[in-house]
Formats: sequence, C-alpha cells, structure tokens
Amino acid sequence: MQKELWKGNEAIAEAAIRAGCRAYFGYPITPQNEIPEYMSKRMPESGGVFVQAESELAAINMVYGAAAAGARAMTSSSSPGISLMQEGISYLVGSDLPAVIVNMMRGGPGLGTIQPGQADYYQATRSPGHGDGHMPVLAPSGIQEAVDLMWDAFEMADKYLTPVMVVADGMIGQMMEPIVWNRTEPLPEADKPWAANGRDGEGQTHFVSSLRLQSSENEQFVHTLKEKYEEITKNEVRYEAVGCKNADILIAAFGTTARIASTAIRKLEKEGIRAGLFRPITLWPFPYEALKELALQESVKAVLTVEMSLGQMHEDVRLSVLDKKPTPFYGRTGGMVPEPKDIAEKVREVIKEAGK
Amino acid sequence: MTQIIYQRSKGLKDVETHYCPGCHHGIIHKLIAEVLVEMDLLDTAVGVSPVGCSVLAGNYLDCDFVEAAHGRAPAVATGIKRVLPNHLVFTYQGDGDLASIGAGEIVHATARGEHFTTIFINNAIYGMTGGQMAPTTLLGQKTTTSQSGRDPLLHGRPVRMAEMLSTLDGMAYCERVTAANMPELNKAKRAIKKAFTLQMQGIGHTFVEVLSACPTNWGMSPADASAWVKSTMSQVYPLGVKKDITAEEKP
Amino acid sequence: MKPEVIFNLNRCKGCGLCVSVCPRKILKLDTSVTNIKGYHPSVISDQSQCIACGSCARVCPDSVITVLKHEEDT
Repeated sequence: MQKELWKGNEAIAEAAIRAGCRAYFGYPITPQNEIPEYMSKRMPESGGVFVQAESELAAINMVYGAAAAGARAMTSSSSPGISLMQEGISYLVGSDLPAVIVNMMRGGPGLGTIQPGQADYYQATRSPGHGDGHMPVLAPSGIQEAVDLMWDAFEMADKYLTPVMVVADGMIGQMMEPIVWNRTEPLPEADKPWAANGRDGEGQTHFVSSLRLQSSENEQFVHTLKEKYEEITKNEVRYEAVGCKNADILIAAFGTTARIASTAIRKLEKEGIRAGLFRPITLWPFPYEALKELALQESVKAVLTVEMSLGQMHEDVRLSVLDKKPTPFYGRTGGMVPEPKDIAEKVREVIKEAGK
Repeated sequence: MTQIIYQRSKGLKDVETHYCPGCHHGIIHKLIAEVLVEMDLLDTAVGVSPVGCSVLAGNYLDCDFVEAAHGRAPAVATGIKRVLPNHLVFTYQGDGDLASIGAGEIVHATARGEHFTTIFINNAIYGMTGGQMAPTTLLGQKTTTSQSGRDPLLHGRPVRMAEMLSTLDGMAYCERVTAANMPELNKAKRAIKKAFTLQMQGIGHTFVEVLSACPTNWGMSPADASAWVKSTMSQVYPLGVKKDITAEEKP
Repeated sequence: MKPEVIFNLNRCKGCGLCVSVCPRKILKLDTSVTNIKGYHPSVISDQSQCIACGSCARVCPDSVITVLKHEEDT
C-alpha cells in the first residue's frame, strides 16, 4: 500500500471524513487548529457540514443537535476548550447520542501552555461532565494509529450510542509521519430509529432528551448506562504490550509518553535491563486485567507509570497491580515532556531499589 | 350542516400540559401547532425545547423535538438545521434561557443567519425556578431575587432582545408580538407563520418574540396578567415588526 | 345559525381567560362545580347569546373549548 506523509491533525480530520463523518463543529484553539482548518475545506467538498462555532460550548451543542438529528458528527478541541464542552458531553451521555470528540491535550490547569500534556486523563476517564457516566477514550501514540482509531471511534459511537473521545497532544497533532490508509471505506450508515429528523411512518414523534423528571425513571436510565458500560468493557479494551513477557520491569504509558518510553526501553536493553512497555489504547475502559496478569509475572520487579501529569493513569495502574508489586511513578507536567534518558534513569533507580 | 369554528389543533398531542392556569405557553404552543398543521409541516419539523417551564414542549407539540441544555438551543438548532436543511427547525426559548445564559448562542446563530426560527417567550421572569429576576424583568418589578423591585443601579436594566438582534445582518425577520388579547393573538399567529415561511425560503434568521404572562409568579389573576402584558410590558417592549428584509426590498 | 360551545370540562384549569375575552360576556367559572383537577371549570351561561366568534376557544391555553356552528335546516 502507498505510504503518504501526513501531519497528525490533518490526518485525523481526513480520517474522520473517510470514516463517514458528515458534520464537524469546532472552535480554534492551539494545538489542534489544523483540524478545523482542514475540515473547513474538505467537509463541504465531501458533502458534509462545517461550522466554526462561537465557542466550544456552542460547538459541542451543535454536535449534540446534529447527532440528535441522526448525522455522524464530531468536534475537536484542546484542554481548556474540552472543559467548556463538559456540559454538552454530559447531555450526549444523558441522551444516548453518538459523537466523536478529539482532545489534543495541553499543559494545564487554566490557560496553562500549548505544549503537550496528559493531565486531562481524570476528566476524560472518570466522568464526562456531571452525573454518572463514562465514554470510551482512545489514545493513539502515533499518526497511523490515530487515523485507524478514527474509524473505531465512530464505529463505537454508533454501536453503543455514546460519545467517544480520542486523546492525543500537540506532539502527535503537529508532527508528520508516513501512514497508509488501511481503511478507506466509510462506515455503513447506522440505523437510527430514535433520530429527531421527522415523524416516522406511523406518525410517531421522536423526542431526544436527557430529562427524566421521575427519579426512579432516571435511576433506571443510569442503570441502562451501566449495562452499556459493562458491554463496552467486555468488548472494547485495547492495549499494546511490547516486551512485557518475562520483563524485569513494566513501564505503563500512553500516547506520546509511550513513544518516549520506547526509546528509553531500547537504551535500557543495551544495558541488559528488560523493560516491557504496557500501553493502554483505551484509557477507558482501562485494561486492568491484562496489566495485572503481566505485572504478576515473577520476573517483574515493579510497574513504573510514566505520564505527562502528576500521576493520573497511575491510579488505574495501582488499581490493576493492587500493591502486589511496587508501582512507582515518573512524570513531567504543565507542558513539559519527559526525555528518554530521564525515564531510563528512573528505571535504573527502581530496579536498584527493588534489588535491595 | 355543522361548521367547526374552532377545535383543538391536530398539531398538539392529546395530553394535558403541566403549565399553570392562564400561562401563555399553552396559547403559544397552540399557535405553533396550528401553523405547523396549516403549512403541512408536522411530519418533518424539528423543535428544540429549552430549560425552563417549556422543557417538555416536545411532549405537547406533535412533531419531533430535541431538548437542549440551558441557553444552547440556538447551537443545537444550528446543528440540526445544517444537517437537515430541508426541514423546518425552530427553537422555543424563555427569557432566562435566551436573554441570559444563552445570550451568546442566540447572537451568533443570528449573526450567521442560521435558517431556523426562534420563538422567544418573554415573560420577564424565571418561571420554573420560582420567580427570580430575569434580564427582561421590568424596572421596579418584584421578583424573588429583586424583592424590593428591580433597581437599575443594582440589577441593570431590561434587555430588548428583538431590537438588539435586529441590528445583526443575519436577521431576516424579527417581530415582537403577544397573545394577551384577541387581535394581538391573531397577529402573533401571523408572525409565526411568516417566520416559518421565510425560514423555508432560506433567507436568514427568523425571530418572533412573544410577550407572555406568568400569572403564578407575577402574583396576578390570568386576566389581569394578560392585561398587564398589554398595558405595561409592551411599553418597555414595543410590539411590532423590528426587521423584515422582504419588506425592505420593496420600493 | 345555531352556535354551540363545548367544554372538555375535566381539562379546564379555571384560568378564566375565555371569560375575559368573550365579547358577549356569557362565559363564567362555575363555582358550584369542581372538576377532576380541582378547578371551577368554565361554562356558558346563555348559549343563545353566542355569536360563534371562537375567541374563547382560540385563547384557551389548554384547548378545552370547541366552537361549532350548526346551520339550521330551511
């Protein structure tokens, strides 16, 4: 297959269109501006809709409207903008609507920096907005994977009627890599008998709403969400484990950090340290069982979590390992990116500590 | 032979509303329902309900509905109309929803000339939450959060959304009406029909502000409340066409 | 021409807007009756005075009223 050189943000936009997304609503924010820019040109060309919204608040609510009307819709933003979208994401969850949200995370809190960050992990994986809810969160570590995951994101959104978030950062968004278009066919149009796009043949109306005034009815609805989440957890957990078999130490890292950890791992290999990379691809649902199994191998002395945060995924890693092995943490935050040598040094330190 | 002078509109579902006695929401719902029937749009129209008393509008009007977050109806309607350009799309928003928390969304939807219709219910108060001050509350008007009356120094002054939005080039047709008496009610229906008709011609944003009574939170009888809309509210919010680009085109 | 005003009695919320708009002043809230919702419903006191203008029905927020006009056989 022909390799093509693509910039991350543009590749993600193109992949969304090729996967069958027909409506994009967004607002400029660095480091994801190439997505709305690209969409503004390509979406109309492909028969879709592009609107530059007046805010992220409006953008996510446009997505909500388009999704409620039955269209395959998405938006993209970066951390501060995603904070503004929490309201709309909660409404998507509460109304069982499919949509895809791309978050090119940057260093926070507040306005923070535009440099890469992973400190939106809690926000993405714990609860989208207010209320009991979850959404699948996909974390590519390169442009090829980001492109491939766009199909999966829309597929999951349609299958489970849920918002799906794709998280990366300015590193992945701004760099260029060769990719191949593994998938070229748009996803089939999903049957959406619930869509508010006109009464059905029997004259029945559709009312897309997250309002359930009776608490008992609302509780029942939240329980249907729970069933949905159990189904997603059963079917959709994704991760990559490289060199984890009989490793001395596991490094748990996702996205950009996982790439950097790989470089550190190659460095350590030359020194005779076998470090395995455990890379969650779905941050929610988190691959607890897979990590637990690998961590419990006799050879594994510790599971080191590396993140661009103060340690958020670290919590999930600890929930997997449950104190059966040491679970140290190494992170840079606020827009700082860890270097391979720093990770390697931390690994040496952990191994030394474990050898005592 | 029997002639039907008036019967319940087929554009309404056969259910009772939760609205208080004498609330104008029921009247305005009817007018929309009648227009949808007359224009044969019940099968394809999509309404957007707000947060507020009319959050359940989709249970009453017999067409599709989407419930929006507080104030976001213009953004939600934008999303719907852009993907369903041939459908009639309208929002139904109260004054807290549209003039306060959703002020940004309505300004930009209008500025973009979005091809949906806004039905803006201005009753100068927050109804559902129990009678708090709205941006549209009149000076001196007592509410649960302006208990000595709205004071311009403390609370600012009433916001005239129809006039404000008419300054935007994306606004094609904007009229303020009321259903407070029979002649005005007939005008209100004509305004809604005109807005829907112009929407389907795709000439820009169409907006009908309806001055309405909230007898419960105003502490008035329904008849007195309706009279107050005409005698007092319409002094601050003058009735009439604020903008009509189809009229301006004529010499 | 014989007008007929029909009330869906149990849907009436007794708001009295119909009473206030009737040009013939022939509608009233019947305080001797309490409907299923607990309101005194609107009634017509003198059908023969009705001119079938339909104002009461048009203004009713709850679509309680139907107004008919029966043509008398000649």
